[in-house]
Amino acid sequence: MTTETLTHGEYDKHREYEQIETGYQAVRWHEPVIYELSRKGSRNQIVPEAEEEIRSKVGDVVSHIPEQMRRENPPELPELSEPEIMRHYLRLSQQTLGFDSGISIGLGTCTMKYSPKVNDQLARLPQLSEVHPLQPEDTIQGILEIMYELRNWLCELSGMDEFSIQPRGGSHGVYANACIMRAYHRSRGDAKRDEVITCAVSHPCNAGCPSTAGFKVIQLYPDKETGDIGLQALKAAVSERTAGLMLTAPYDTGVFDSEIGEYIKVVHEAGGLVSLDQANFNGVMTRLRAGDIGADLMHFNLHKTFSTPHGSCGPATGAIGVKQELRKFLPVPVVEFDGSRYHLNYDLPQSIEKVGSFYGVVMNALKAYAWIMAMGARGLREAAEWAVINNNYLIKKLLEIRGIGIAWPNRGKLQEARFTLEKLKEETGVGTSDFNLRITDYGVQSYFESHEPVIIPEPVTPEASDTVSKEDLDRFVEIFRRVSEEAYTDPGIVKTAPHRCAIHQTDPEPLHDPKKTVTTWRARLKKHE
Amino acid sequence: MSEGFVHRYIPNSAPGVREAMLEEIGFEDVGQIYEEIPEELRFTGELDIPKEPVTEFEVAQRIKAMLAKNKATDELLSFLGAGCWPHYVPALCDEIIGRSEFLTAYSGADATDYGRYQTIFEYQSMMGDLLAMDVVSTPVYDGTTASGDAAHMASRATGRKEFLVPSTCSPDRLATMRNYCDPWLEIKRVDFDAETGQMDLEDLKGKASSQTAAIYVETPSYLGFIEAQCADIAQIAHENGALLVAYVNPTSLGLLSPPGEYGADIACGEGQPLGMHMHCGGATLGILACNDAERFLELMPSFLIGISSTLVEGEHAFSWHTLWDRMMYATRDKAKSFTGTSSWLWGISAAVYMALMGPEGMRQLGEVNMQKAYYAMELLSSIKGVKAPTFASPHFNEFVVNFDETGKTVSEVNRALFEHGILGGKDLSGEFPQLGQAALYCVTETHTKEDIETLVEALERIVR
Repeated sequence: MTTETLTHGEYDKHREYEQIETGYQAVRWHEPVIYELSRKGSRNQIVPEAEEEIRSKVGDVVSHIPEQMRRENPPELPELSEPEIMRHYLRLSQQTLGFDSGISIGLGTCTMKYSPKVNDQLARLPQLSEVHPLQPEDTIQGILEIMYELRNWLCELSGMDEFSIQPRGGSHGVYANACIMRAYHRSRGDAKRDEVITCAVSHPCNAGCPSTAGFKVIQLYPDKETGDIGLQALKAAVSERTAGLMLTAPYDTGVFDSEIGEYIKVVHEAGGLVSLDQANFNGVMTRLRAGDIGADLMHFNLHKTFSTPHGSCGPATGAIGVKQELRKFLPVPVVEFDGSRYHLNYDLPQSIEKVGSFYGVVMNALKAYAWIMAMGARGLREAAEWAVINNNYLIKKLLEIRGIGIAWPNRGKLQEARFTLEKLKEETGVGTSDFNLRITDYGVQSYFESHEPVIIPEPVTPEASDTVSKEDLDRFVEIFRRVSEEAYTDPGIVKTAPHRCAIHQTDPEPLHDPKKTVTTWRARLKKHE
Repeated sequence: MSEGFVHRYIPNSAPGVREAMLEEIGFEDVGQIYEEIPEELRFTGELDIPKEPVTEFEVAQRIKAMLAKNKATDELLSFLGAGCWPHYVPALCDEIIGRSEFLTAYSGADATDYGRYQTIFEYQSMMGDLLAMDVVSTPVYDGTTASGDAAHMASRATGRKEFLVPSTCSPDRLATMRNYCDPWLEIKRVDFDAETGQMDLEDLKGKASSQTAAIYVETPSYLGFIEAQCADIAQIAHENGALLVAYVNPTSLGLLSPPGEYGADIACGEGQPLGMHMHCGGATLGILACNDAERFLELMPSFLIGISSTLVEGEHAFSWHTLWDRMMYATRDKAKSFTGTSSWLWGISAAVYMALMGPEGMRQLGEVNMQKAYYAMELLSSIKGVKAPTFASPHFNEFVVNFDETGKTVSEVNRALFEHGILGGKDLSGEFPQLGQAALYCVTETHTKEDIETLVEALERIVR
């Protein structure tokens, strides 16, 4: 069987692959782009005309708009009736593999876990959904109480002294922490501190965020043998210019850096701050507290460990936690409680002010709070243990499969691990990106390969969270085993995958060339003219 | 420790599974796995969090009891806007974003998450039509961070050091922008005409220079008036080799000239009015768009969904691996920008909303908002001592009401209104002391004639 890279329109000779039974066939609606469904003059009656008395009293309001600011050509939005729009988006939802319908064990660093439906339901109640953020505090005591109670629990879980949920994503939280670092050093007249140290197996935001905030970034690499960055390397990077250290802990590789306690001491002695990215908190929850080990700042992703739904990529919350000395720099407002009443405090004179609007994604605070309540401290510990047991079970089973290896085999792994298909690639020509597409033909979500830089060749980074079952894990492993077998026997199946998903392999070419890139339908019409 | 502990969210907590799996992996106890964490770093204490799990029934009961302490705008008559606006949310928006496939998806492949990517591409496309701009980003965090992104892009596109903003800009937006501009850009304020609120073009001309990275304009402005000089401001920007960044309210774009037509290079805004409930300010969608020029495209900080084809004739593909190299996900610190999980679910809501409204629906929405706001301004002005609007300019759906001549502060007025079950406009006396005792009122299609008259009658009694 041939394994050459196919070009657009050349799939027909491989149609037989679609007939190989995998136990799964995604819905294929061939749903057009909504503009292709448009019918001139279709309309929906959503909002009423203004009352007759209003119209006659105010007259032609549009004439008040100065001519140069009046829209001449109506926006070329599609025109469809409600049932057609419903069907269109319903079909598109059916062509999306959410956590609830697919097995999402593949998506490492994402902590795909079940989001309890009751929490979504509660967040939709009008006592939250119809609340305006600027209402008098007396009318939002309930939601402030939830935010404050959540803050207490997050402080407890992290060993930090104060939290803000204003950042609307993990990277946004890391950015806020970089801004706090900047404000802290400036407040001490220590402007020469312009370097942040991070590690290549920390999430890229630990490099991108301080860089956006104006810092120079020094990036250390994990040791080939240990997977740690090593005290010597860290010491060599630290200087009087060190503003801080920004690390993901545990790393995206599942390795917990055995010398992190030492790094923190070294950075503190040099006058820098330590900010821990705890996006990978799930497996160490109740077993490790960033504050206790010396972190000055940290963040949790409420949309990961704390179960708020990923929402197709947000709404998200990067809840940032700080030690008391840094509280004064937090974005405003901070929720406070005086024993009888909850209050939004804007009076933090050294605050970084705002990194986003209002108070953050308040509904995520409610959902995370409800989840912690439902779990109890006992359940939180149990969840963390399962994240770790499930992952180690997955490691054991995947390593039994031909062609699959693991990075840093001598190190134990916590919530996830980085595997490598280097051997499989050498022996079959099938690499990780091919393999990744083929597993989706079996009805599971694709896996996360690796963030850049890719240190481990042909990487695979799954994460088996607390809410997956042993049966899910066995199914996932069985799929890997079958795809490995296919790679050795008929690599063409794998290299031309997917065969049983909503669509076939994407042609990447127009996505990489700015001259050809199109992000809107109007641009497509223009560029295709 | 977990003898007999079975939790409803943890399938493997069923009896016997733990023992079997631990045996399979060769551990007697999970504690052995945790030995990877150095002993002195491990937490061994008790957490001050209620120990035992709680049933679903109790969770619902407790949360509902807490939420019952709130009084929402379904019980109160609210005229608050100022960055979070009351608009009717069509049932279809809630229906579609409530689909668990969308609600629980995250970051799958083009083929597994096909629907999610197509929907966001359609969001980008329809937003592009509203804005008359060819490049639209996936939803960013919110309107304030979209403004920050725009400023940051302008700094990198021009290599210049100054960012000019109108003094009427929203202080909250400005606060976020200050972070995003630091240390790249110095923000300079441009004066406004006290009578009309319009940007003072003489002052602008004096401040615009070869140092100017961009001029930022808001229309409708934070204070509700329509900035009429956008085209002139664009010209001043471009004459100085600077960019025009326009912050817009998407609900106004059925009526108002879109940023792509008066020369904006980058557009931004808050998309919450397009099918999102207010959620205490939590349901936000940052709109970010730019002209189709390579130098802007490559500076976009966020994910872009591009359209492509597949191995099969006639099949569309949509992918977020679009110009991937520009982002921190490819080049880490070299990207000098950041992004990540943001607000896509609201992009789905906005797509449904824009599709439902269509061109005529957007025009009508804008018109009804203006009609009701004008009706409210007219009636409010008839109250002795009350002036609405403060600025002699056209307005969209927000306007400044001045209470100076009533002898009462906004705070007093709002407390009295609350007694009538009414939430008055946002008190501006702290943010804009030069406007006196002034409040920012918002009137949309959700306000009936009776609602407006109820407000006016209450105010008449209060200021009498």
